Amino acid sequence: SSQEHKLNFKKSKEVCLRYIQDAMLQKQWKRAAEFLSFYVESLEKDFSREYVNPSEIIWRVGTEILCHCSNGSMREFNSFIEQMKTFGVKRYLKVCLEHAFHLLCNGLIDDAYQNLSLAESWRYGEQTAIQDKEMKLIQAYRGLLDYYSWSKQKNILLEHGLDGFENLSVEQEMHSCFRKAAVNLKEIIKIPGVWDLFVKCYVDLLEFYGDHNEAHQVLTEYAYNSKFPANPNAHVYLYQFLKRHGESKKSLISVLKILHDLVPSHELMIDFNTMLQKSKKRKRCRLGLEVIFAVLDYAGWKENVKAWSCLARQVKQIAIAEKHLDWIKQEWNSRKDWWPAFHFTHYLAKRDWKESESLSYEKALVAGILLGKDCKYFKYVSHQSCKAQVKRFRILKKFVNKHNPVYLRIS
Amino acid sequence: DFNERCAQCSEVNWGLTDGDRFYCRSCHNVTERTREIVNADFASNARVQTVSRGLSKKEKNDEGCEWYVCEGFQLVLKKQAEALETLGVCPQMKDEVLCNFWRHYLQKTKQAYCNRPVGEPIKALSVCDSSTDVDSDPGRPSLLHLLSLSESEGDLQTDCSFASSTSRISESTSVCSGSVDGSLYLLKNQKDKLRMTMPMTLSFCYMALLWLREPMTLADLLRFVVEGHIPYLNVFQLFPEKMKLCGLDLKIFCVESWPLYEEVYSKMLELAAFLDLPRFPDITENCFLHPDMLCMKYLMEANLPDELHTWTCRVVKKTCIGEADFLTLVPGNKSTRKVKYDVLAVAVIVVVLKLLFLLDDHYEWLLSDFAEEQNKNNKEGGPYFEFKKWYEVIKCSLDVKQNKLDEERAKYLWRCEMPLFYSAKNKSRVFKRRQMVVNLQNQFGKLSGSVQPAEKPSPSSFQLTWSEENTDGSCFHRHSLKGILQEKCGLLTAMNPDYWLCTVKLCTEKSCGHLAHYKEVNFPQSYHFVLRLFSFLLRIQPSYIHDEVCVIEHKLFNKKLCKKPKYNTVIRK
Repeated sequence: SSQEHKLNFKKSKEVCLRYIQDAMLQKQWKRAAEFLSFYVESLEKDFSREYVNPSEIIWRVGTEILCHCSNGSMREFNSFIEQMKTFGVKRYLKVCLEHAFHLLCNGLIDDAYQNLSLAESWRYGEQTAIQDKEMKLIQAYRGLLDYYSWSKQKNILLEHGLDGFENLSVEQEMHSCFRKAAVNLKEIIKIPGVWDLFVKCYVDLLEFYGDHNEAHQVLTEYAYNSKFPANPNAHVYLYQFLKRHGESKKSLISVLKILHDLVPSHELMIDFNTMLQKSKKRKRCRLGLEVIFAVLDYAGWKENVKAWSCLARQVKQIAIAEKHLDWIKQEWNSRKDWWPAFHFTHYLAKRDWKESESLSYEKALVAGILLGKDCKYFKYVSHQSCKAQVKRFRILKKFVNKHNPVYLRIS
Repeated sequence: DFNERCAQCSEVNWGLTDGDRFYCRSCHNVTERTREIVNADFASNARVQTVSRGLSKKEKNDEGCEWYVCEGFQLVLKKQAEALETLGVCPQMKDEVLCNFWRHYLQKTKQAYCNRPVGEPIKALSVCDSSTDVDSDPGRPSLLHLLSLSESEGDLQTDCSFASSTSRISESTSVCSGSVDGSLYLLKNQKDKLRMTMPMTLSFCYMALLWLREPMTLADLLRFVVEGHIPYLNVFQLFPEKMKLCGLDLKIFCVESWPLYEEVYSKMLELAAFLDLPRFPDITENCFLHPDMLCMKYLMEANLPDELHTWTCRVVKKTCIGEADFLTLVPGNKSTRKVKYDVLAVAVIVVVLKLLFLLDDHYEWLLSDFAEEQNKNNKEGGPYFEFKKWYEVIKCSLDVKQNKLDEERAKYLWRCEMPLFYSAKNKSRVFKRRQMVVNLQNQFGKLSGSVQPAEKPSPSSFQLTWSEENTDGSCFHRHSLKGILQEKCGLLTAMNPDYWLCTVKLCTEKSCGHLAHYKEVNFPQSYHFVLRLFSFLLRIQPSYIHDEVCVIEHKLFNKKLCKKPKYNTVIRK
């Protein structure tokens, strides 16, 4: 506060830091730089007891300011980061890693690679062991860049074919990249964590060289090992892999079932539902209905024609067969209180009709069956379609009228 | 003490030669008189080790010389006095007053001019001495303990190697400090002696200024220090090359905080008492430090009408705070409350403002409107003073200045080019860091596009100035108070008949250190505003001014307060 007349070094630097923070929050980078230049002398009095010490603050704040302020001068940025590296031994690898990220963000892939390689060879007594995690990350990202090189060379080869001596060296290099990448990527994904990018790349490598078993193993581990955090993407990758290799429906369904549990609104649920509907097994059809209803619980799917058409198809089938109405009843039970307001208002009817006839059609069918022919949605749509004289709606109307009792039975 | 006049020059200015004879410092006349060595302390102090001759002959590796801590302080004081001279203080201050105070101090604290011969070095106590003497004295903190209490422990604990060393005593002294007696200095039992510190140098200066009744208040002095006109921060830069500073010297000579008014003031009082100084020269009516004069100064600075001066004089007279006996410092006299001249003066102004404007967040605005009305009809003569206009002008300026000050505080640079290090081992690391800091400063300084460090503001007694020439009417000095006064029996009195006391009862300083307790929320905003203004000018907390206001009020309304207390604290004048 401005009334504070007592001023010592520590307090003075705290106040200075607050000015820096204010300036940064207001994106006044030049002002922030100015105050930072006065703050840096706290390095000479680094109270390392504190949780976040001045050198870390200077590193982070300085990076931010240089990103915004240096007019894209990488040289300035690099020189700053090099100084930061020499100063904080305990943070050395972290700084290297973030530096590499920054270089990558600026498209300087080779520089980033050099940095990571240099960092990999760093040894500093017991610090090396303490910073083990960062080291693994550095190796992983270097592996990633190796993969990137491999990928480029692969594309070259594929374009120009495998003949010719110049291609031989490319090929050899490609293989060497593969080896380097594989070693590092394999290491990192052993550690519980979220490694989507590394996993994908590693699997890509394995698949290319024909090691499907290993790939399968890796993906299964990644998806099912309970030590790893729950990650929907893991299941997606596994599913895609299995699909690519023509695995059985059973295995595909079991993977997607877990994905449905994790993320009911996932886009793969449409495929899942289609798969399940096709099945002759009763349990699977039942699951399919559950899946598609769950998808449409989410606002993101409200206007999705495909989703509605899936639901409509199943509902229609059940209505025609007059079998398993209890399935619909079960699903509708928890939804009848809020779906009408969520999907089937008069307003939505108007909007849907204006936006997309197909959407109206599918929704109208569902509404008609679930809420009866007298519901707002159906009435509006059939009225409008009558005016517009669209053929399929007439058929729809007839259908709904015919199966009106269904609504009575499920409500 | 030898107080005879010198035979040759009649001065009383004695020193001791190596042979323990008295000599006159003014004319260098050596007498035959010697000092008898009687010092019970010395004989009974078994802990004092015998002096090792080897130490005094030992040359420092980096061509430094031997120096004592008090020599360092002497140099500091000299530089400060020189700076004050540049600021306009009379040369007497440096050459006579301060000098003598200092010598007197050295003598009293037995650091010099006493029977321990100056030439022989004092041996620092070694921590690694296996004797149990150090531990057996509960009153004497161990060196390590002392150091761990410091702020600068970050470097010192890791870099000072003596903790584990079993080296000889002479070696450890050179590691511990550049000065000969640095470690001893910090270890001394301070119960009955005033150990010299950096803030105390300012106490010395102020004491000398007060003795000479120089026109510089303590608030001014401290402000000049902060603004860099008087050496304080990084003052060791002014030490000669040969005086090497390292290790524990840093704890003594490096400051990491600005000195507080209270601290410097109370130390000065202690010092004056310790040195057995007599009554200081009288503060009379034509002295700068007299409330009548200081009130004038602060009224001008606060952009208040000159006419208020008559009122401040009246208050001063009525409360008898203009008496020489009240104002003059008598060291050692514990019964009288000591006067802070600057705080007193602004407190008087605050009381006057309360008398005339009440400052209850209501009346002053009414009065202002009233004056405004009158101003419409008042075409000849000067305008009447309107509180509202004054408030607006002052608030604007004050906010701007305050913000500027806050930013400056955030930008203080504490370190200087001369690197400091605790031990030789630490040296390269310190240099490296210094280099890095300079690089970063340059890099970000360039980015910010700002000009290199702002010039020191030229020293001025006034922080706020108001010019008559401004046609925007922002100067209120010539404004008349007629708009808010009324005539009664041929005299002009305040229209305001009421007064509220800041506190009904004064606390005792002994129990809580304060006479009153100021909390912004408990008082009207106008009152707080006025406190804030003077708090800014003096660079002290508003509560100090508030305390003083309470005291003056109690003096002023003494008679009324002695009567049976009324239900409310509003007093009818």
